[in-house]
Amino acid sequence: MTDLFAARSQMAMSLGFHILFAAVGIGMPLLMVIAEGLWIRTGDPLYKALCLRWAKGTAILFAVGAVSGTALSFELGLLWPEFMELAGPIIGMPFSLEGFAFFSEAIFLGIWLYGWDKVSPQAHWAAGWAVAASGALSGAFVVCANAWMNDPQGFTMVDGVVTEIRPFEAMFNESSFPQALHMTLAAYSALGFAVAGVHAWALLKRPGHPLHLRAFGIALAVGGVAALLQPLSGHHSAQHIAEHQPVKLAAAEAHWETGPRAPALVGGWADEEAEETRYALEIPWLLSVMSFNDPDAVVMGLKDVPREDRPPVAVTHLAFDVMVGAGTFMAGVATLAGLLAWRRRDLLADPRLYKLVVVASPLGMIAIEAGWVVTEVGRQPWIIRGVMRTSEAVTPMPQLQVPFMVFTSLYVVLGLVVVRLLQRQVFATVDGEGAGLDGGEHEAAPHA
Amino acid sequence: MPDPVMALAGVITAALIVYALTGGADYGGGVIDLFARGPRAKDLRALIARAIGPIWEANHVWLILVIVLMFVCLPKAFAAIMTALHIPLTILLIGLVLRGSAFVFRAYDDPSDAVQRRWSLIFAVASVVSPWALGVTLGAVASGTITLDGAGRVQTDFVSAWAAPFPAALGFFVVALFTLLATTYLTLETDDAELQDALRAQGLRAGLSAGVFAFVALALAETGAPRVWAGLTQQSWSLPFQVLTGAVAIGALAALGARRWALARAAAAAQVVLIALGWALSQAPYALPPSLTLAEAAAPASLITLVLTILGGGAIFLIPAFILLYRVFGKRVW
Repeated sequence: MTDLFAARSQMAMSLGFHILFAAVGIGMPLLMVIAEGLWIRTGDPLYKALCLRWAKGTAILFAVGAVSGTALSFELGLLWPEFMELAGPIIGMPFSLEGFAFFSEAIFLGIWLYGWDKVSPQAHWAAGWAVAASGALSGAFVVCANAWMNDPQGFTMVDGVVTEIRPFEAMFNESSFPQALHMTLAAYSALGFAVAGVHAWALLKRPGHPLHLRAFGIALAVGGVAALLQPLSGHHSAQHIAEHQPVKLAAAEAHWETGPRAPALVGGWADEEAEETRYALEIPWLLSVMSFNDPDAVVMGLKDVPREDRPPVAVTHLAFDVMVGAGTFMAGVATLAGLLAWRRRDLLADPRLYKLVVVASPLGMIAIEAGWVVTEVGRQPWIIRGVMRTSEAVTPMPQLQVPFMVFTSLYVVLGLVVVRLLQRQVFATVDGEGAGLDGGEHEAAPHA
Repeated sequence: MPDPVMALAGVITAALIVYALTGGADYGGGVIDLFARGPRAKDLRALIARAIGPIWEANHVWLILVIVLMFVCLPKAFAAIMTALHIPLTILLIGLVLRGSAFVFRAYDDPSDAVQRRWSLIFAVASVVSPWALGVTLGAVASGTITLDGAGRVQTDFVSAWAAPFPAALGFFVVALFTLLATTYLTLETDDAELQDALRAQGLRAGLSAGVFAFVALALAETGAPRVWAGLTQQSWSLPFQVLTGAVAIGALAALGARRWALARAAAAAQVVLIALGWALSQAPYALPPSLTLAEAAAPASLITLVLTILGGGAIFLIPAFILLYRVFGKRVW
């Protein structure tokens, strides 16, 4: 394993780990403020019990998200000092704003988690909204910085030296909006489905359980709405990428030959040596239509890109298919649930729907991981597209396999502990008698 | 209008000081946890957990702010430090990942003693390792051993800049100081006289250790960190500043000894502020002594002005939010 590959692996692993917690940080507060709002409006104590139940899982996930996010802010510099030296000032604005979003998120989360009996219900609810808003904003800001790596704008470079920085142009580069929208919706849909899946599983065991019914409804509503909007956002992203990052699109589609009426390829294996994709299902014209709304539009193929400037095609294509497949399935489930809810409310109590949602529950998180593989691997060999190669950015530090293995082991262990604790806190009580009715205030203060 | 780069350096120093006073004390809580003994150890641990539970994540963001300001505004210094000090910074990272995770795992895991002890131990050891690595990093930067060549590339073997007596001593000094700080905060978070006395004993030990490490570090600075040595001994402000810092340090211990808890907390906090200021003043105008001044390391002035504006705007919102947080959870914060 070369040092460069070790550095890339460590970054990918750290991002892949953190992003799950980041999605929780964006989505979970929204579920909780909805439940709390319903409690304030209806006075139904089950909604408060639900808030307290969700708060336990959230506290664990937020803490691990906070520390793994801090690790990332260091790792950017530890692994890619040359990149940060060039890019740091240019994308400084979103990072500075993100800092504030973190502060606000952490402050109001503290109040929300631990302040139930210390502030008024309205103030408490407002704190929850502050957490939800700052979580969404911090995600959007960091995605703006990532979008800049795909679409580097807002600076002038002369002989490798940055001579002028236009921070607003860099932050609001043309990829920022499509990427931030896509990621935010992804977080809501992934988190909504994951939570709905947990409660659907509980409802299969204890049909009609009032707490889980409420939880299932809120989570599926949030996840379902986001999952229905996501294909539109994805289409918008694809059209944007077709114009701005044609190499990434070609890799995602494993598309080799430049030409009109380009087919979309589903599945198959991209052979990078032979420059062809085998065993794929070809849908004629679809890629041209998808990219430019016109079957006669010319879509650039990878053969027009010098080999040394091509990203790994097979991985990018596979990840793209996984993302689109997972997203499509979730949108289908959301449509079905929406129709059921509209036609006959009691059909929402159908165990077949619960089973379907349990199956769909991990797909959102899988789609998020796959989507990041598409955008990050699909940008290779560049760290800043067209400006700096990943190989030029890496630290001269030798033996990078060591920190890669240390962080990987650390995150594997943390991941296992988190799963075990969530099981303990969330799942274990599912089977217990009177589950959900015991969410007294004393349980919100875990430090016994 | 003052020079934006110097204003920025002031802001970074201020953010580090606030981190030391808030996040630093959270580490100190872990150190107290590590050394908690006797029949009341369990209650002491519970007090620490209750005190830092709601606030540590917010306190921790100050460190992220420092990192962000470094790479946005002083990118050359950031890249050089991140390259040459990869190893201690990685140790710091592992420590802070484990510290935060173990803390929250302990709160939500099986309440049986064996499980709680395991998480406590990880939390506590990580609470020693992280501030130690932070002190080593600051010490290595201050020591002036990280140099750049003519092309601006950092010259380093990745080890010798930080694996030296001065940075190591500074690391222990930081751990002791944070522990003292935490004991003085915690005495105000409880009315239990036994716990206050246990904290007092730990605080006195920490304060005395801090004093010893301060002298060791200062002695090592003459050869290990000549610029710091010159700043702390040979400037016009050196002697009065040293006397003041020493007096405040002794005052903190005396107040702790006399069970004047509020006074002890004020003096311990003042001590931390003075030490950080002394370090910052002796290092100015360098971002990374001896080859990189703040002006050379800085991003364009217009960008720094923009960042300072964002910070100013953010502070209007953030400071009341922090006051609210501490008011809601602190027993006698104000």
